[in-house]
Formats: sequence, C-alpha cells, structure tokens
Amino acid sequence: MGKGILEVFIQYWPVFLQGALGTLKFAAIAVLGGTVVGTLVSILHLSKNRLLSGFAGVYVNVLRGTPLLVQMYISYFFIPMVIPALNSIDKIYYVLFALTLNSSAYVSEVIRGGINAVDKGQTEAARSLGMSAKNCMIRIILPQAIKNILPALANEYIAMIKETSLAGTFMCYELMYTRTLLANKYLVWQPLFIIAAIYLVMTLSLSWLVKVLEKRMSVSD
Amino acid sequence: MTDKNIPIIETVDLHKSFGSLQVLKGINEKIYSGEVVTIIGPSGGGKSTFLRCLNLLEEPTSGTVYFEGNALDSKSTNLNQHRQKIGMVFQLFNVFPHLTALENITITPILEKKIPKEQAEKEAMELLRQVGLEDKANEYPRKLSGGQKQRLAIVRAMAMHPDVMLFDEPTSALDPEMVKGVLNVIKGLAESGMTCVIVTHEMGFAREVSDRVLFIDGGIVAEEGTPEEVFDHPKNPRTKEFLSQVL
Ligand SMILES: Nc1ncnc2c1ncn2[C@@H]1O[C@H](COP(=O)(O)OP(=O)(O)O)[C@@H](O)[C@H]1O
Ligand SMILES: [Mg+2]
Repeated sequence: MGKGILEVFIQYWPVFLQGALGTLKFAAIAVLGGTVVGTLVSILHLSKNRLLSGFAGVYVNVLRGTPLLVQMYISYFFIPMVIPALNSIDKIYYVLFALTLNSSAYVSEVIRGGINAVDKGQTEAARSLGMSAKNCMIRIILPQAIKNILPALANEYIAMIKETSLAGTFMCYELMYTRTLLANKYLVWQPLFIIAAIYLVMTLSLSWLVKVLEKRMSVSD
Repeated sequence: MTDKNIPIIETVDLHKSFGSLQVLKGINEKIYSGEVVTIIGPSGGGKSTFLRCLNLLEEPTSGTVYFEGNALDSKSTNLNQHRQKIGMVFQLFNVFPHLTALENITITPILEKKIPKEQAEKEAMELLRQVGLEDKANEYPRKLSGGQKQRLAIVRAMAMHPDVMLFDEPTSALDPEMVKGVLNVIKGLAESGMTCVIVTHEMGFAREVSDRVLFIDGGIVAEEGTPEEVFDHPKNPRTKEFLSQVL
C-alpha cells in the first residue's frame, strides 16, 4: 500500500493546490467565454429568422449531444491539422476552445430558458404600448430573466469544475493532471482520494455560496 | 388630428386561424372616434382574438386591419408608432413587476417618445392621482392589489396619449370588491370622449357605457346594435340564449 493519504497530501500539497487553481481557472475561462458565445447563440436561437434559429438549434444539440471528451479530441487534433498556421499555439488553447464551446451550448439554453420563463404577457404589454422589440428585450424581459439566469449560470460553473477534469487527459495542469504527475512517483491510489476530496470541497462550497446569494436576491425581490 | 369620417379602426374580412382552428371567420367592423363599443359573447367565441388583431398582437391570417386609414400589416407602416396610439389593457394586468408604479408609466414615453424624464414623471403623477394611486408611485406592483394593478395598467396605456383604448375583460381576474373601482375608471375614460373597445362579461356595465354592442360568437359578429337593441330585443337566437345564461 505504501504511504497514507494524509502523508501524501502533506508532502505534495503545492502540487494539488496548483492543480486546484488550474481547475478553477479553466472553469472560469470556459464559463466566461461560454457566456459570451452562449448569449449570442441564445439570441440567434430566439430570432424569428428560421435559418439563424435553426443553426443555433443544431449548434446546441451537437455540443450537448456529443461527449465533451470527443469534442476535445477533435479540437486538439483536427483543428491544427486543417489549419496548420495554428500549430504554433499552445495546445492548452485547443482544450479551452472545446470547453468554451461546450459551455456556450449549455449557457445558451440557460439564457433561452430564463427568457422564455418570463410571462408572455410582459412582452405583449410592452409591445402594445409601442415599445420596440429591442427595448422590450433590454428593459422589460432581460431584467426579469436575469433572476432565473444567474443561479443557473452559477450551477453551470459548478458543473464545469467537474468537466475540466477531462483537460488533464491533454496534460493541461489542472487537478486531475496531478494524478498523472504523482503516478510517476509510484503514488497511484492516494492522489485519487485527495483529488476527489478537493473537487467535493470546491463544488459543495460553491453550491453553498450560490444558495446564500440566491436567498439574498429573493429577499431584495 | 383625425378625420371624423375615417374610422379609427376598420377591419376588412378579418380571418384568423390557429393551425386548423378557424377562430375569426370574416369580421368587417368600423369603429369611429369617440365611440364606446363593447364586445360580448360566449367564451372561446373569438373576442380576445379579435381585439388582439386590432393592434396586431395576433397577425390576421387574411384580411386587413386599418388604423386611422393605414393598413397595419403594410411594410411601410411603422407598427410601433401606431401601437403607441392604441392602448391595451389585459385581463391579467401585465404590469412590469421590476419597475415601480411610476416607472411602469414613464418607461415607454421616455424610451419611445423621447419625453424628458421630468415631464414624463409629472404627467405620470397626475395620471396616478386621477386613479387614486398617487401614494403608490414608488411602490412595486407586488405591493398593489389586483384592482390597483389594473388601474395602473390603464394609466400606463393612457400615458401614451392613445386615440383608442382596447380592454380585454379588464375586471375578470379581480376580486368582486375591486371591480367597481376599475369599471369607474373605464367609465370616466369613456365619458371623457375616449374611443373604447371593451370585451366584458359585465352586462350592466356594457349596457350603461356602450354606444354599440357586438355579440361575437363562432368567429363572427352574430349580432350588433345599440345596448337596447341587443339586450332588450335580441334578434339572433344565439344572442337570446347567451343573454339568458348570463343575465
Ligand atoms: N394562441 C392561440 N393558439 C391556439 N389557439 C388559440 C390561441 N388563442 C386563442 N385560441 C383559441 O381560439 C379560440 C377563441 O379564443 P379567444 O379569442 O380567446 O375567445 P374568447 O376571448 O371569446 O373567449 C379558442 O378556441 C381558443 O382556444
Ligand atoms: Mg377572451
């Protein structure tokens, strides 16, 4: 069996810390990038133009209907193959690219859901007053949708923390990658439990934070 | 502003279907300035759909809606500008919950008519005063009763200085004790000369305020006339049957 879990943690905690920070960073980049792209996708999806909304629908379905790992592999191997100019870019960006697009699909559905959840009567009232579609969206619908969207986005961030573990497959330094690093030192099982515990601490404490914030928001409501 | 000979609203052969369901089957109506028209009829007969076609919240399947002589569905028509002159009041109020009573009223004049904020607020306060809500100006709608919300919704529409007001069962969702306050506000509007089209189940009210009553049933105007004609001497057996059920 070799060393105990605690012993390994005490000896290698800086490795795990760096991994955990990498995980938080990747998740943040994916969700922030995913929010920007996802907002655009949701706007396309809600558009009256069949072509645009159809494209957005396909985009969302493909990204949500295929495994993230497959998307990462395609991004990692295929993009540099067809665009050789991109070969010089650090490989980590290909992984982040796949993470961001994947996140954008989920985020766009969160936004679309939040907008659709606003009572249709709100749009009807605003438009019957002669408000333009744009003002109606920005001044009437979005402020009401945001209350549904923010908690869901936070949950998306939490889910993304777990998803980023796949990036370790491509030797990106995040929490899961510490397993590979320490396996080289013949530590096979101890890091797994430490990694699991750290993921758990991160996701549970963030869930708790979201709940607190949600409560605050509903009080100010 | 408007030529008295041109109807404020005219529908020509108005048809509306939802999928295979034919809801409006050819309605030809003219509503003139200053007229108060109430629409009665059984549930599902197409009253709301007709009303919602008048400001194109529902797009007619065929036929045309003219507002002050302009075809609303024409490409050259600025629909938003016309809608500003067609106020609408909904059964479920549809006030904006994230805005105060005052902001509910001022947001559209400020955004769409570029009225200075101060002026818009002054006008809004005057409107709130007229419907007894001046002390609620800075409250959010969740603090208002149903009747107060509906009165707010009415003055929100009035703040756009509409030429006609459409009401879709404005008191159907209210507790009984709230109904009278809202009906009085509408009556006040009607008496001040505002053109009104009112879908209602309040027959006493309809008789009192209407210049003309339309009985819509099965997607057509099955009978119309003065309140006396329709309520006291209905010709259509469907009208008689309907009235015997509601009166
Ligand atoms: N958006 C819609 N989609 C499908 N059917 C609808 C829609 N709106 C109304 N209808 C149907 O049209 C018919 C007439 O409805 P409505 O105009 O609301 O009648 P009323 O206001 O007289 O009760 C009903 O059968 C109703 O179910
Ligand atoms: Mg109705």
